[in-house]
Amino acid sequence: MRPMTSDKIRALAPSGIRKFFDIVHEMPDAISLGVGEPDFDTPWNIREEGIYSLERGRTFYTSNAGLMPLREEICRYLVRQQGLKYNPKSEVLVTVGGSEAIDIAMRCIVNPGDEVLIPEPSYVSYRPCAVMADAKPVTIELQESNGFKLTAKQLEDAITDRTRVLVMPFPNNPTGSIMTREELAPLVPIIIKHDLIVISDEIYSALTYSGRHVSIAEFPGMQERTILIGGFSKAFAMTGWRLGYACGPEEIIRQMTKLHQFTIMCAPTTSQYAAVEALANSQSEVDQMVAAYNERRRFLLHAFKQMGIECFEPFGAFYVFPSIRKFGMSSEQFATRLLTEQKLAVVPGTAFGACGEGNIRISYAYSIDDLKNGLSRIEAFINSLK
Amino acid sequence: MELREQILRDIEKDARVNLHELAIRLGVSEAEVANEIADMEKEHIICGYNTLINWDNTSLEKVTALIEVQAQPQRGLGFDAIAERLYKYSEITSVYLMSGGFDFTVIIEGKSMKSIAQFVAAKLATLDSIRSCATHFVLKKYKDYGVVFDETRRDEREKITP
Repeated sequence: MRPMTSDKIRALAPSGIRKFFDIVHEMPDAISLGVGEPDFDTPWNIREEGIYSLERGRTFYTSNAGLMPLREEICRYLVRQQGLKYNPKSEVLVTVGGSEAIDIAMRCIVNPGDEVLIPEPSYVSYRPCAVMADAKPVTIELQESNGFKLTAKQLEDAITDRTRVLVMPFPNNPTGSIMTREELAPLVPIIIKHDLIVISDEIYSALTYSGRHVSIAEFPGMQERTILIGGFSKAFAMTGWRLGYACGPEEIIRQMTKLHQFTIMCAPTTSQYAAVEALANSQSEVDQMVAAYNERRRFLLHAFKQMGIECFEPFGAFYVFPSIRKFGMSSEQFATRLLTEQKLAVVPGTAFGACGEGNIRISYAYSIDDLKNGLSRIEAFINSLK
Repeated sequence: MELREQILRDIEKDARVNLHELAIRLGVSEAEVANEIADMEKEHIICGYNTLINWDNTSLEKVTALIEVQAQPQRGLGFDAIAERLYKYSEITSVYLMSGGFDFTVIIEGKSMKSIAQFVAAKLATLDSIRSCATHFVLKKYKDYGVVFDETRRDEREKITP
């Protein structure tokens, strides 16, 4: 019998996080600092709006690109947050989470063999999405010494005449790194000179702790070559609603909408109604969540310092990415031993690219009490190594 | 958010928070937090630190009533003087001046419905400046001061997600 599945998909490596997830799953008494989603519930006004839409019988498909009131709210939000103007009729697509947007953006813009630049460590799906689109993923290894930021030199060095796309994963999962206006500026002329398209994954844009997030699309000449991906999961604690969006040049959004139409018709209708409420009336809830994350971030960094674990200070998302090099173990060994010996799950940095070796990802989407519990286990573990 | 607002938000949720820890969380020195709190106590911004108790879960009898009071402000005295006559009673835990159809919301705690009824009849209703009292007894408290009673939160998220 011939293989039942395609060579391409079989050859695709499973997510590094999956393997660890399976081990944790076997240990029901383990606690975790390993999640990539908020611990807050979706604010009630947003949930209530979803429920109300069901009560009203709004259980039909929406237009492929998404409800017009939602697209309009997204546009207003981006004007407020980034000063970016998009046309809700032609430059916005509502997707099933940021993940779908990443996938279809990739498929819409690359030709077979095109090179896609992926700064790593970063979210697990850029590389497989590039591979599934028959593109060639090219890793740019971000350095801890640079605060896991992309430098102009690294970008320039990675570009060949086949390079078509640059993925910009900031604020970054897993490092928590952000890029400021000053740090983004030197990348812009290089991107324009080489006529690259940028897929800017800004799903964590609302969660920054040193001033507002800056999108690379804000620079002159960049909006017309950037697909800005955002979503509701992180800012509004709506991961399970599966809702995101892509904004970009009309031609790209048109092609993405076509693909979106053939693959899933439209994003979930209930979620879309709820999301209108999220954007229109939830800023104070978001502000309070951001304040809580920021406190936890400082608390964790302080605790690592006390323990003598090196950790660069991240200013975005809800992760810290401490270095465990000095313990003479690989990230995976460290995480596995921490799990088996102290029953604490964290994610090895290598789940986010080979250059995550030497670090672990710790999430602070947990209450201070949970963090304290986790930290005491880390402390017990490293004391046992002495 | 400025420091004061952040301190208030945090201690409103947890008055027992350790100052050393709070200072770390806010990225300032412990002295700074302590000084701000001391200043806010002096300025009557922070007026006290109570414990939130669900008396229903104890064996003690405790009844709460909310009384809608209509008052007759007297010349030269206004509502404040009436409010003072109300809040001086230790049984009365809260007094609010209201807009709308009545003047004061008075919250009162007692051992039994009977003791509250007697208090209202003997002390409140007889005050010259009070025109009427409508007493509503609380049957069950679900949520107070932002806290849902009898709620245990469980983390139902998957333990590891990307």
